Amino acid sequence: MPELKVEVIPEGTVIDHIPAGKWLKVIEILGLTKPNGGTLLIASNVPSKKLGRKDIVKVEGRYLSEEEVNKIALIAPNATVNIVKDYKIAEKFKVSIPDEIVGILRCPNPNCVSNHEYVRPKFHVVSKEPLKLRCHYCERTIEGEEILKNL
Amino acid sequence: MEWKGRDVVSIRDFSKEDIEFVLKVAERLEEELNEKGSLDYARGKILATLFFEPSTRTRLSFESAMHRLGGSVIGFSSASSTSVKKGESLADTIRTVEQYSDVIVIRHPMEGAARLAAEVAEVPVINAGDGSNQHPTQTLLDLYTIKRAFGRIDGLKIGLLGDLKYGRTVHSLAEALAFYDVELYLISPELLRMPKHIVEELKVRGVRVYETTDLEGAIPELDVLYVTRIQRERFPDEEEYLKVKGSYQVNCKLLKNAKETLKVMHPLPRVDEIHPEVDKSEHALYFRQVFSGVPVRMALLGLTLGVL
Ligand SMILES: Nc1ncnc2c1ncn2[C@@H]1O[C@H](COP(=O)(O)OP(=O)(O)OP(=O)(O)O)[C@@H](O)[C@H]1O
Ligand SMILES: [Mg+2]
Ligand SMILES: [Zn+2]
Repeated sequence: MPELKVEVIPEGTVIDHIPAGKWLKVIEILGLTKPNGGTLLIASNVPSKKLGRKDIVKVEGRYLSEEEVNKIALIAPNATVNIVKDYKIAEKFKVSIPDEIVGILRCPNPNCVSNHEYVRPKFHVVSKEPLKLRCHYCERTIEGEEILKNL
Repeated sequence: MEWKGRDVVSIRDFSKEDIEFVLKVAERLEEELNEKGSLDYARGKILATLFFEPSTRTRLSFESAMHRLGGSVIGFSSASSTSVKKGESLADTIRTVEQYSDVIVIRHPMEGAARLAAEVAEVPVINAGDGSNQHPTQTLLDLYTIKRAFGRIDGLKIGLLGDLKYGRTVHSLAEALAFYDVELYLISPELLRMPKHIVEELKVRGVRVYETTDLEGAIPELDVLYVTRIQRERFPDEEEYLKVKGSYQVNCKLLKNAKETLKVMHPLPRVDEIHPEVDKSEHALYFRQVFSGVPVRMALLGLTLGVL
């Protein structure tokens, strides 16, 4: 039995298995806080077998690109993305932290060349659990809150 | 690993085999140079040295290395004389300079500048220091110096003394030494200890690490003592600097308890961490270390140019 905690949408994206409490951050990262996007349906603190409690975000009328999925992976590493077409789940993928993160995260080092030249910031994943990234340019590592602050 | 066209940006890009290979080539070039006086492997090749930040030693050493290989050198030694002052981007400067040269050596005050330059340039780029990040040729010449002095690196007990917190030289050196079977004594004032994550990494990689504030106690154990300067400019605040300034000095009295074969190294310039009286002793290896910069840089220039 599917767990339809919130309403059904005809077209769009369902982001499932977001850590409880992180839905706001997720929609911020995706730039969905503006009122002119599609309808957002949010379920927070939903009981979940896998996570204990989770958040779900449903975005009507919008399919997420892979790059956007990667952005979510940094904050919601276990999220599942469901692409809904004609009321049915047409595609489902688990977000996964890529080995390289390009263009999503700014380097917090003010003296890093990536903050001064016309270049996309890039990070290599040093470890996934706990998440730790190394700037491709200045080679500093960042983890935890610092990652979230620079998304 | 194909060397021709390769960039030398970070010691992190080097495997142990890469390091060993460079050291071997440097040794060969040093011997050849001793025999013949000058070499001509790089005849007709041009090195561009782009020093956006001043550095006498490193720049002269690269230039000397290129001349010894029979090549020639163009470049600048401070950003104030260039179009960077007019607001040109680093990428544009690099794209311009590579039209004039076969290999580029860059020192820049921003971390990551050499990596960016290497991505932009078709010709090989060698990092001569990017802000507080990397200075891989220093690390290679340090290893070369040790290897030349002892005939090996494995089995040595090596002390790193001084500013282990901010000193990029000792961070890179420690990480490169982790490829070898060494014991590391990390000797520093409490405030300037080696960052935890580096210590952890060294241990994970199988290095026996001892952290101590007691220089005198460590001295009798050591084969190599690598001394660094406490750099005022790296400190976030003056007060912290004043607390540790002048907190240690290597002098003849201290070295009385050392092994006869102990070698003292220093990346130079020194202030007062090593008393000049040590210069004449058998322990002093730091001028030899300066000399090592030339064959090591000859090797890197020759290899990346593909002329050896
Ligand atoms: N048409 C729809 N409109 C809105 N939400 C939907 C729609 N179809 C499914 N969902 C939601 O999408 C998520 C995934 O649905 P699915 O039926 O695949 O559940 P599941 O089998 O539990 O998947 P999973 O193994 O990823 O947890 C659930 O949260 C479900 O409520
Ligand atoms: Mg489910
Ligand atoms: Zn950076």
